[in-house]
Amino acid sequence: MEPNETRGPTRRGFLNYLLGTSAVATLGAIFYPIFRFMVPPAVVEAQQNSVSAGKVNDLAINSGKIFKFGSKPGILIRTQSGEVKAFSASCTHLDCIVQYDPGSKEIICACHGGKYDLTGKNVSGPPPRPLDEFTVNVKGDDITVTKA
Amino acid sequence: MTRTESVRLWLDERLGINSAIALAQKKEVPEHRHSIWYYFGGMTLFLFIVQVTTGIMLLLYYRPSAEGAFESVQFIITEVEFGWLIRSVHSWSANLLIAALFIHMFSVFFLSAYRAPREMTWVTGVALLFICIAFGFSGYLLPWNELAFFATKVGTEISGVVPLVGRPMLRFLRGGDEVTGATLTRFFGFHVAILPAITTVILGVHLLLVQMHGMSVPPGVEGKEVKKMKFVPNFLLRDLIGWILAIGALAALAAIFPWELGHKADAFAPAPAGIKPEWYFLFMFQTLKYLPAKILFLDGEVVGIMAFGLGGLFLLLVPFLNKEPGNTRRKRVFTIIGALVVAFMVIMTIVGYVT
Repeated sequence: MEPNETRGPTRRGFLNYLLGTSAVATLGAIFYPIFRFMVPPAVVEAQQNSVSAGKVNDLAINSGKIFKFGSKPGILIRTQSGEVKAFSASCTHLDCIVQYDPGSKEIICACHGGKYDLTGKNVSGPPPRPLDEFTVNVKGDDITVTKA
Repeated sequence: MTRTESVRLWLDERLGINSAIALAQKKEVPEHRHSIWYYFGGMTLFLFIVQVTTGIMLLLYYRPSAEGAFESVQFIITEVEFGWLIRSVHSWSANLLIAALFIHMFSVFFLSAYRAPREMTWVTGVALLFICIAFGFSGYLLPWNELAFFATKVGTEISGVVPLVGRPMLRFLRGGDEVTGATLTRFFGFHVAILPAITTVILGVHLLLVQMHGMSVPPGVEGKEVKKMKFVPNFLLRDLIGWILAIGALAALAAIFPWELGHKADAFAPAPAGIKPEWYFLFMFQTLKYLPAKILFLDGEVVGIMAFGLGGLFLLLVPFLNKEPGNTRRKRVFTIIGALVVAFMVIMTIVGYVT
């Protein structure tokens, strides 16, 4: 073994250490902003707790329609008995938008064949969870939907 | 010295073209009963060039925004001269490219052409397959129609299912929490800048490695005397016939089955009935449909997606898992696995189409 290698810290070793750490720091200073730039900033949205979803008379018996709940879709359903119900319209499986099927009187998702009953419960197909149900208030003809 | 000779000398002194020509003349293609599979790499490359050319042309009119994208594609196919042709050829060629890639890959797999020293040729090839699928997925959204909207919603939601990295990855892909105009802009960037840049490098390495190692011969032929064909001009001319046939097929497909544009995307409309992804995603789509909501304590789709992820990793690592080409038993195991995978993909794709 060379006597050189057994000696303690060398000038060369120290300079290499300085050079190495500076190189890492420089690369970090270059790539960190690039990485952060690519991550989309969280957009602050006004928390909407309730929304006016339309009029009862526009919604035929045994039919459904999509309404906007902030940036997310909701589904409004008027059942055979005339009751108005509202759920989140985002399928709990993979986020497709569901629809009301008047024939089977179920909420269905066309993407992967998921089905929910009129309480929002996932009854068949791949959805792992029920749809979130919203509270519906009918005042005169106006429908107001509120997050439970 | 004649004028051509002096021009050639001038070029050779500066660019070294004589050694390039010598290299091209030296290149040979072995002739045996599996030689037909050699054409599919060249076919894939040709269709890729068609994609680059038609893609650049579409860029002249396309507008990447939620407000303008659908209308600009509509403008291309109705107003621009031969716009319908260019757009349809781009869509059809994308599909044929994926098909050629699959054939190319499976032929290399079943002939175990990935064995030493060609492991990195295989790895770069599989990387190119994943990149082409990413091209397909990002390009699919660009017309901003209903089908594309839901395909992107589902596809990006799938990435969000992956444990730990899923949610940040989903936000990175969507450019936010939902599929919006921000997603379209991002996908446009991936499709026309980032993916092409990555492809250029990996494809360059892939082609360089093919030149470096020469054509692989199947294990059954290895070591025997085989006839060889000159690459220039014999094999190249045969390649050319294939490419001309491909152009004919693309023109015919574009004219007889023009690519549909459909309805403009609406973030507040239910998914249309009978919605299906592109055929090369169909086997995964169909599998996800069959998985129950819960498998043990995990959501069904998490299990499915992790399984497909592991499948992709397995594919990438094939040359390192099957290291002994002489071991016929091991080779048989890999052939059986490959055959089962192909059978699964074909059956699920057909079921997906029929149901």
